[in-house]
Amino acid sequence: MGLFIAQLLTGLANAAALFLVASGLSLIFGVTRIVNFAHGSFYMLGAFIGYSLMQVLPGAVGFWSSILLAGLAVGFIGVIVELLVLRPVYKAPELFQLVATFGVILVIQDLALMIWGAEDVLGPRAPGLKGVIRIMDEPVPKFDLALIAITPFVLFALWYLISKTRVGVLVRAATQDREMVGALGVNQSWLFTGVFFLGAALAGLGGAIQLPKGGADLLMDFNILASIFVVVVIGGMGSLPGAYIAAVLISVLNVFGVAYIPQSTLVLMFVVMAVVLTVRPYGLLGREEVAGEHGQVGEPEQPIKPAGRSARILVLVFLIALACLPFVAEPFFTILATDVIVFCLFAASLHFILGLGGLVSFGHAAYFGGGAYVAALLVNYADAPMELAFLMAPIGAGLLAAIIGWLCLRLSGVYFAMLTLALAQLVWSLVFQWDEFTGGDDGLVDIWPPDYLSDTTVYFYFTMVVGIGGIILLRHMAHTPFGYALRASRDSVRQAEATGIHTKRIQWLAFSVAGALAGLAGALFVFSKGSVFPVELEIAKSFDGLIVVFLGGVKTLSGGVVGAAALTLVQDYITRFEYWRLALGLLIIVVVIIAPKGIVGSFRALFENRLGSAGDKPTGGTQ
Amino acid sequence: MLKLSEINSHYGKAHILNNLSFCVGPGEVVSLLGRNGAGKTTTVKSIMQLVRPSSGDVDFEGQSLVRSAPHQVAKLGIGYVPEERRIFTDLTILENLEVGKQPARKGIAPWNQQRLFDIFPNLSERRNNRGKALSGGEQQMLSIARTLMGNPRLLLLDEPSEGIAPVIVEQMVTTILKLKEEGLSVLLSEQNLHFARLVADRAVIIESGEKKFDGTFDELEANTEIRDAYLSV
Ligand SMILES: Nc1ncnc2c1ncn2[C@@H]1O[C@H](COP(=O)(O)OP(=O)(O)OP(=O)(O)O)[C@@H](O)[C@H]1O
Ligand SMILES: [Mg+2]
Repeated sequence: MGLFIAQLLTGLANAAALFLVASGLSLIFGVTRIVNFAHGSFYMLGAFIGYSLMQVLPGAVGFWSSILLAGLAVGFIGVIVELLVLRPVYKAPELFQLVATFGVILVIQDLALMIWGAEDVLGPRAPGLKGVIRIMDEPVPKFDLALIAITPFVLFALWYLISKTRVGVLVRAATQDREMVGALGVNQSWLFTGVFFLGAALAGLGGAIQLPKGGADLLMDFNILASIFVVVVIGGMGSLPGAYIAAVLISVLNVFGVAYIPQSTLVLMFVVMAVVLTVRPYGLLGREEVAGEHGQVGEPEQPIKPAGRSARILVLVFLIALACLPFVAEPFFTILATDVIVFCLFAASLHFILGLGGLVSFGHAAYFGGGAYVAALLVNYADAPMELAFLMAPIGAGLLAAIIGWLCLRLSGVYFAMLTLALAQLVWSLVFQWDEFTGGDDGLVDIWPPDYLSDTTVYFYFTMVVGIGGIILLRHMAHTPFGYALRASRDSVRQAEATGIHTKRIQWLAFSVAGALAGLAGALFVFSKGSVFPVELEIAKSFDGLIVVFLGGVKTLSGGVVGAAALTLVQDYITRFEYWRLALGLLIIVVVIIAPKGIVGSFRALFENRLGSAGDKPTGGTQ
Repeated sequence: MLKLSEINSHYGKAHILNNLSFCVGPGEVVSLLGRNGAGKTTTVKSIMQLVRPSSGDVDFEGQSLVRSAPHQVAKLGIGYVPEERRIFTDLTILENLEVGKQPARKGIAPWNQQRLFDIFPNLSERRNNRGKALSGGEQQMLSIARTLMGNPRLLLLDEPSEGIAPVIVEQMVTTILKLKEEGLSVLLSEQNLHFARLVADRAVIIESGEKKFDGTFDELEANTEIRDAYLSV
């Protein structure tokens, strides 16, 4: 009994930081409609800044003021990010801002590395709260009790701000219809900035307040991301009490998980989420998101045309040039080109559901890594020949996508996106923690193709045929009735249903197909590298996919492929420098700001402008 | 007071307003008439800068509105009541009014909850109800009341009578006349000629974004050709 209560208390204490960070994310999303992926970075900054402040400010007063100051400082960093990075891109196509926040993640990672170094830092213990209190003979840290006591006050303060003050009324109104709030004379820009300040400050507070328990390190940004998404989704987007309940639920279960089933701690959280969402699709206290409720009207969609003659010739010339590569360049370039093609296929498969289907998957790496692991496991355990393993990879990944897609497609919009991320994390944690079967962190090695394909050049041609074949297949599908139905389901579910399209089934099929082709890319990958590790399933991999699709251009068919090629090449070059993340992050932010239609889209716009739609050039459109 | 000069507006490539010019004088109620799709809403939104005109100018009390943000237009004293009402359904009536609240303006008796509840007694009874619990007519009143909280000099009303029971429309007539007495100028976008005639001093008729008529209702009455061609009476 004593142990039980002690564990319960530890869980409640752990919930404090999680709640602070998650409530900030939820708040920012509610008003700005931006899923702030850099939120984990704000959390990390809060921890590091709090740590530095605690080094100079002595005593209990110093400790607690450090936490508050860290929150304030991170709030101001959030304001800087909002003003410099996000404000220029609010009018960009929906979700494009995501890419900007990826850029911010990279920049903050390197800045933190520069300032605080690569070593993990141990958080100082809270002065005056160092010891333990015995509760039914079990030691409970005093600091834990302090955290448990503080959190409800924070919840209450936030609740009061949101439901009882003018600012809160404006925030809630803007959550529903921000254009109307503007038309009533409220400067939304400052409302956004204010909300960003508050959200970032909460993340910073969360980071600083957990210092005595967790310290600070450079991985905490990504490490907390999945958890806060899960908390927000379980609690219900935009519900602060929901976030609190969910944070407690997750933290408490986690403590018990560590105690009783240490093998599955990572998995547990996602299982809970899956259960909650099955019963309550919009979270414990969330309300249904009505599509289009926020009345954002983007620019009219340019219908996608099949490639014209000149485009086809251009592509053909390019492919021939590519095929000549092994004869004219060093083997290094052949390997690089193989990587590029693999990544292009992965990106094209994501683009297929994202661009044509309007289904934003945050967890597409699950299918890429899933395919790679299916092949590797078959080779490893069943001694399967490469041909069979290669065939099973897309089938396995497609099945995985079918299962995850079936679960996720009951939701839409950001709930859909978050659920795909969380389920992808579930796959990752399964692979990561199931050492005996998957090799865990050590991965699976020695997965080579048979002799006739083992030569780099031969494998390059093999990749070219399979990879580009896959890309062409995806492109082709865009112009089949299936592709039309998919686009119709994206543009208007109601009208598509009225013309007899079963939208959910079409989207489910598309999701599975995209998963299968990502799995194919995974198979190409595993046999070219000879090994596979859990990183191929990580959030970062999914984000890479999203970055290239958005940077390439969501609304153009070639966007994914062009973006993937550009990113791989840039990354190959840039990673030679020490602070390459900083450079890449800045590059991404700059591209987002100057080319909000993506690389292909912006080139096309430039091209069309030059060709002169002479005379009447519309500049209107709703804001 | 408000002067539109040669306004052109587009949605993407569709050209909606075509060199549209007209004005609203101080204390005047002008009715913007036209059929479905004539461009009334687009005109109102072009004044609010919710749609950005590609050329032409909108002048309000000597200030050009083009290139201002909608919130700046509102701050200058233009109140916008959208066709879809767009009340905040998750907020209570009182909270909806709070969103519209702006500082008092010189020369205008400042609006507050009590004064508004005197005009819209139905809202008073339900002040703590959420927006989504209101009927269409009540939502329309709340939308007007919310905008009045900003103490506008000019009110843009986009089809307030649309989809509303005749009794409530009658009430609306009284309300608009009362507002006029207060010295408020009104631009009233309407399809309902009878309603417009009861409250407005002057009519502007548009069709396909072009002005077809600008004059008093007596002149319009005399000109049956125009009336039959551009209004569905
Ligand atoms: N967001 C939009 N995108 C493209 N076209 C639009 C959009 N909104 C309106 N239109 C078109 O612009 C034209 C004018 O529309 P508007 O809404 O201004 O007309 P209206 O006079 O207000 O009509 P109603 O009486 O039905 O409200 C119509 O042909 C309409 O189809
Ligand atoms: Mg209209």
